Amino acid sequence: MARDLEQYLRPEVKSTPFCPGCGHGILMNLLLRAVDDLKIDMKNTVFVSGIGCAAWIPSPNFNADTLHTLHGRALAFATGVKVFNPKLNVMVVSGDGDLTSIGGNHLIHAARRNLDITVICANNMIYGMTGGQAASTSPLGALTATTARGNIYRPFDLCELVKGAGAAYVARYSVTQPVALMEALKEAFSIEAFSFVEVLSPCPTQFGRRNSYDSAVDMIKMLQGNCISREEAALLSGEELKDKIITGVFWNEKG
Amino acid sequence: MAYKEIDSVLSPGNYYFSGNTAAAEGAIAAGCRYYAGYPITPSSEIMERISIRFPEVNGAFIQMEDEIASICSVIGASWAGAKAMTATSGPGFSLMQEAIGYAALTETPMVIMDVQRAGPGTGQATRVGSGDLMQAKWGSHGDYQPIALSPWSVQEMYDLSIEAFNLAEQYRTPVFLMADEAIGHLMERMDVKPGLRIYGRFKQADLPPFGMDQDDGVPPMPAFGEVQRLLVTGSTHNEWGIRKTDDGSIHAKLVERINNKVFNNREKIILTEELYLDDAEVVVVAYGFTARSAVFAIDQIREEGCRAGLLRLKTIWPFADHYIEKIGRSARCIFVPEMNRGQIKGEVMKYAGCEVASYNQTDGEIIHPETIIQELRRLF
Repeated sequence: MARDLEQYLRPEVKSTPFCPGCGHGILMNLLLRAVDDLKIDMKNTVFVSGIGCAAWIPSPNFNADTLHTLHGRALAFATGVKVFNPKLNVMVVSGDGDLTSIGGNHLIHAARRNLDITVICANNMIYGMTGGQAASTSPLGALTATTARGNIYRPFDLCELVKGAGAAYVARYSVTQPVALMEALKEAFSIEAFSFVEVLSPCPTQFGRRNSYDSAVDMIKMLQGNCISREEAALLSGEELKDKIITGVFWNEKG
Repeated sequence: MAYKEIDSVLSPGNYYFSGNTAAAEGAIAAGCRYYAGYPITPSSEIMERISIRFPEVNGAFIQMEDEIASICSVIGASWAGAKAMTATSGPGFSLMQEAIGYAALTETPMVIMDVQRAGPGTGQATRVGSGDLMQAKWGSHGDYQPIALSPWSVQEMYDLSIEAFNLAEQYRTPVFLMADEAIGHLMERMDVKPGLRIYGRFKQADLPPFGMDQDDGVPPMPAFGEVQRLLVTGSTHNEWGIRKTDDGSIHAKLVERINNKVFNNREKIILTEELYLDDAEVVVVAYGFTARSAVFAIDQIREEGCRAGLLRLKTIWPFADHYIEKIGRSARCIFVPEMNRGQIKGEVMKYAGCEVASYNQTDGEIIHPETIIQELRRLF
């Protein structure tokens, strides 16, 4: 199976750029499996990304047209591609800081316009590439390079944000939930409107080592333990939900 | 990869247009079929005209959430195969600077019209200025060679708009149409001729899209969906677009090429107009609306026996260095009237080799002919 996916990778690219224990490789794998399952025509697909670790998932790895853009602006570039040539499949793959902090305005407006663009937001809850600074997605209390005494600001609930802005499909899963995540990616690719999948991806290098998850395994275990389904969450009290990450499909216009 | 003759979009004849309307019509004539913008005075009429006209010519128009999104979507559309543009004024032009550098490095053809107002800051939104010329030259970080044109009439808002698209395609680079509020809102007659020359995008799939084999340094540019695996990045890249951010020689070669492809072709790019230079003792170097006042003033003062002449810069960047050097050898003095604090005067001083005088006005008003006459009298 895995070797079948090599056709979707550029032959001249020999290795991924990610740190040991990074979740982005799992996401890359699942994304290409979804492409393979759906028989998506890579010759007619443009992958757009911004700046940051997750922006390197498609660029230069994917054997398709790739547009590696400015920090935060992937959705603005993608809008130009899609509006001028609606026949192209346009997929945006980028990180939480890129898409939701510096690019937050473009995210809500792209969702409002409801163009047929699929957005995959790899959320590692920190700025990885620049050295582990606090993000708009860092949990309360998180230790980062810019919050040595703990993050004092609440993180975004990205799914509620994008749903509120008008997206047609909104889901959140962790790379520790590969089967459900792949199904969500396939659903997002299939919907001919604005679809958004938030993907929790462990960053042991920047987030883990500062927050007592001393190894890549510890980070994976944290996500496995904290990511619960919407159904499970419905049975828990507010206090019990404190550190939990609720996963599932939050909105699907198709019902 | 060459010019071809096409019919004009508007029926040939005379039109009574504002400068902003003429600029929009020039873009449509040049083949622009993607526009993204954000409202800002005094440029908004360009966007409004495009929004009405694009459905008639099968163009794609979108109003974006800000100027950053506007220019970024223009770059995306350009790579999807569009001749594409945005228009703005000072504050919006400031917001666009990062993406202008991205377009320069990725060699993305596009046109940005800046209808200048009196800055800095929010300044005087409805009043005229020409203070964005150095921003057009140096606005984004790093080294690149912008092309910037300066129209002086409604006719030139149309003609130089077409020229801007031709230059953008020919040199694969962002091109600025540096208009000002007075020209943008001026209404006067303009002529549409039956045919025009349009530069089509050079596409060749087997040549590297960021390569350096072409004599003029401009590689071919395929569009998304046409050939598989186009790699576009604003990071340093090799001729096929692969990121090479730790190879100094590749970076140096890339930066050198994107600069040289414009700078080394500047004699072909630069457009000027000359008046009475044969016998001129004092030469006025002017551009944009100010050149209109200069022509009036020069005619007047010549009747008084003062031998004045004019060099009108239709191209601001790359700068007409050789023209200034030549004038500096024959004239006693060069006079530069500007609606800024001396942005082009500084460039003239670099090359003139003779006395350079200037008049600078930043009160949001045009420079009247009488003012230039008074200043010229002082120099004779």
